[in-house]
Amino acid sequence: MSEELICITCPLGCHLTIERKGDDELLVSGNRCPRGVKYANEELLSPKRMVTATARVLRLPQESQADSLGLVARLPVRSTGAYPKETVGDLLQAIYALEVPVPVKRGTVLISNFKGSGVDVIASRTLLE
Amino acid sequence: MKDLFFDAVVIGGGAAGMAAALELDAAGLSCAVIEREEQLGGILTQCIHNGFGLIEFNEELSGPEFAERIEEKLQGTNIRSFTSTTVMELDAGSENKVLFCYSALWGVLRLSCNAIVLAMGCRERNRGNIRIPGDRPAGVYTAGLAQRLVNIEGYVPGKDIVIIGSGDIGLIMARRMSWVGCKVHAVVEILPYPSGLTRNIVQCLNDFDIPLYLSHLTTNIIGRDRVEGVEITPLENGALMSDKAFTIPCDTILLSVGLVPENELSRMAGVELNPMTNGPLVDSMLMTNVPGIFACGNVLHVHDLVDYVVEESRRAGKYAAQWLKGRRPVREVRVKAGANVRYLAPVRVDVQADNKLYMRTLIVKNDAVLEVRVNNRVVKSIRKNHIQPSEMIQLQLSPKDLESVLSAPDPVVEVSIN
Amino acid sequence: MQNASGPFDVCIIGAGVSGANIARRLSAYDLNLALVDSEPDVSFGVSKANSGIVHGGFHHNKKHLKARLELQGAMMFDRLRQELDFPFKRCGIVVAAMHEDEMRAIDQLYMQGVDNGVIGIEMCSRERILELEPKLHPDTLGGLWVPGGGIVEPYRFVFSLVENAVQNGVQLLTGFAVSRAARQGELWQVEAADGRTLQARYVVNAAGLFADKVSAMFGAEDYTIKARKGEYYLLDRMTKAKPDRVVFPVPTSVSKGMLVIPTVEGTVLIGPTAELVDDKRNLATTKDQLDKILSSARTMIPAVSEYDVITSFAGLRPTLDEDFYIDMSAKVPDFVQVAGIQSPGLTASPAIGEYVKDLLKKAGLKLLEKASYDPFVVKRPHVKDLSPYEVDELAARDPAYANMVCRCEKVSEAEIVAAVKAGHTTLDGIKYFTRAQMGRCQGGFCTYKIIKIIMRETGLSWEAITKNSNASQILKDVL
Repeated sequence: MSEELICITCPLGCHLTIERKGDDELLVSGNRCPRGVKYANEELLSPKRMVTATARVLRLPQESQADSLGLVARLPVRSTGAYPKETVGDLLQAIYALEVPVPVKRGTVLISNFKGSGVDVIASRTLLE
Repeated sequence: MKDLFFDAVVIGGGAAGMAAALELDAAGLSCAVIEREEQLGGILTQCIHNGFGLIEFNEELSGPEFAERIEEKLQGTNIRSFTSTTVMELDAGSENKVLFCYSALWGVLRLSCNAIVLAMGCRERNRGNIRIPGDRPAGVYTAGLAQRLVNIEGYVPGKDIVIIGSGDIGLIMARRMSWVGCKVHAVVEILPYPSGLTRNIVQCLNDFDIPLYLSHLTTNIIGRDRVEGVEITPLENGALMSDKAFTIPCDTILLSVGLVPENELSRMAGVELNPMTNGPLVDSMLMTNVPGIFACGNVLHVHDLVDYVVEESRRAGKYAAQWLKGRRPVREVRVKAGANVRYLAPVRVDVQADNKLYMRTLIVKNDAVLEVRVNNRVVKSIRKNHIQPSEMIQLQLSPKDLESVLSAPDPVVEVSIN
Repeated sequence: MQNASGPFDVCIIGAGVSGANIARRLSAYDLNLALVDSEPDVSFGVSKANSGIVHGGFHHNKKHLKARLELQGAMMFDRLRQELDFPFKRCGIVVAAMHEDEMRAIDQLYMQGVDNGVIGIEMCSRERILELEPKLHPDTLGGLWVPGGGIVEPYRFVFSLVENAVQNGVQLLTGFAVSRAARQGELWQVEAADGRTLQARYVVNAAGLFADKVSAMFGAEDYTIKARKGEYYLLDRMTKAKPDRVVFPVPTSVSKGMLVIPTVEGTVLIGPTAELVDDKRNLATTKDQLDKILSSARTMIPAVSEYDVITSFAGLRPTLDEDFYIDMSAKVPDFVQVAGIQSPGLTASPAIGEYVKDLLKKAGLKLLEKASYDPFVVKRPHVKDLSPYEVDELAARDPAYANMVCRCEKVSEAEIVAAVKAGHTTLDGIKYFTRAQMGRCQGGFCTYKIIKIIMRETGLSWEAITKNSNASQILKDVL
């Protein structure tokens, strides 16, 4: 019995056909590059997701009352790698609990090696004020 | 009123505008970028999801990261950027072009220049454009407005959401709203196939068990003060099945029903538009019918990936610089959109130059063949594993490919997909 | 929430175009006046969604009060525009006849117009009508030309009237939904649903769709206002279908038909349909009716395209009898009925102000002219109407005039702030006052900025930001 998957590694979206050879061995066809095999293995055996969200920004009170209509209220953040899909909710909760003081530079690590996953959460934008 | 002169003025400080400006600067020309928002980066700054930059930077970045990476390249250049500044009047009638720009910091700026690069991006189609009847309550927003509210302002516009249209912004917002604790009840698409990229269908809908109703039309919006529900009706063979209509209760409707290039300024300048794209008709140097006005990025045609926007805009900047230094196309010929091709940009190629075109197809197909014909004779044929309307197709045409144009009496170049 | 002082000489219920004209007219006299409205802003009822036409005086026989008030009211708009600075233009009206039998109806309309004393009314040949309005269908047989007809932005007219009335001492109470009334000696005691009360010697019932309910609360005449819905499409200013004149079809017995209207602000309005509805809060548009608008408009102006549509909306006409009902109540004392003010109500409204003033005078209200009365509102600059040089000067005083918030309709931050300061604190209120969110993006780009300006200028929290009513909350949570 074969399974079908659409590879989402890149926008080409290869339509993959997968045969299970054993508990953790797959035969993948339909991929245009090796990333398709990697994707099928990950998606079927240990699915992971990149996580992007926003974090609370800590500002001094007078700054938060600035006149500027362009004042950014939330800091965009992202995971540095894919995180196990099943527990993405835990990572999101940790992100929502953050309070990031400004200024903050893009790439600043806000959460390091979350629950030993090897995945960090970093600021994905520089906020000077 | 402050008067300034630049060799070129770029309108729009998103990815397209910045990329074009960098090329103008690299060519040793003076250049200004006018951006109406308070920071450069355009719509990327609110696209906090990942998936940008695979081609441009060979890594997967979020929108703000992508924008900052490009913006950092502006440091150390002579590019002058004016943020919170809106171009309000544009007089391009003569070689010396004049722009009146309004900003709280400067008052009114009068910029003179010899070339203009249009890089204003696009805007979202809205409820009125697709003529959804019904009540007019609060709670009906374009997906982009909702994205701005959630990602930058930190406000959640609604809790129980139905998304109309399966464009990428709508799909991305389905995941985004789910991740901030909202319930997305459905995505409704009038076409029999999704409009957005496959990866977004997989990651933004399937992961959250959000139903996708294909071939369904939104037929009524219900709610006096705030949205209470949306009625959708299936389409079968193009006919509305009114007896099968059903209502999904919700407090919010997000619209992701297409993007339109923002060409109000282009029209003011007398630029001729392509009815297929609503963007300017451009020649092989990405120049419009108005000499010295170039166009690139989403104002030219709506792109699927920002990486392609940057690639195209770099060319526009380069061409504008070359044009200012006197280069003109050698021999141009019109390129026609043939079978299953919705549009091509540019619409002219230079027989003596390397040309790059972007196009979109009208069909979904595996193992398709893209053919270039000169006077009905195939001069180039390319196999495509998979094509669909939501994904742009690139095409390179070299002087060698177009050799036969030189000997043809009334050469017509046609691109088709089968 | 503002509490009423008082007692008032006159309380006007309903801040639509009738109530606003009455209040503003009476504000020229030494009177203590209250203008109350159930909605959070003025002009949020019948007056916000209609065709915005200053009619030509040929549609109705002058045996009707409404025809006489229409003729008188239409003449008053030029002076009002000078005083009140609202968008108004006499672009003229054409009535297009597409069939032979319609030419006969044109003949009758022409004679009625002549009888009513309409200035400049003219029967037109095909050539003449196509010269006056080149966008008309080439098969148009002929028609009527009424140069005095015009267009107005109805809500802006009401806003200006109310602003001027308030300037001249009228107390405006919004969100004041009249729920009970009782006589207390020589005075009316008027109670709102939220518990506020006020006392007034005279009461004017200009409650539009709900005039019947208000009449009943005061124990006055028993009548029923029925709502006749009119749906509209608004077309982008880029449309190729923009006529120079207001284009009417030949009218039917129930309505003046579906028009093509070049709005003063440059967009094009097509409609309205005419359909009785039971529910007076039903402002939903429907596919059937909207389709009718497109096909009807196209018969007159073929360039009308669905691709130019930027929004659709509906308004309700408060219909009673064939004529307006404007009179002192015969049943209860000191109560003026201003009911059934459907088309040409907007045109007639300045004359309604005069007429009601005179009714009150006859009823014994003392009208002493007030030395301090100032008929002029302070003119506010609109960036879209100014040259860059003028904007530069303006921005030197207030830089917010050069900070553009609404790109489609060219509205600056300073104009939004002015709207908020004038009391328009809902998104719709700001839309009607400034046009921001009214253009082709319908608020897609500027809504978040407007929300932030409202919060900054008023101190309101995000929960209090609404579209047009307390329950029309825009945001549901904060992260």
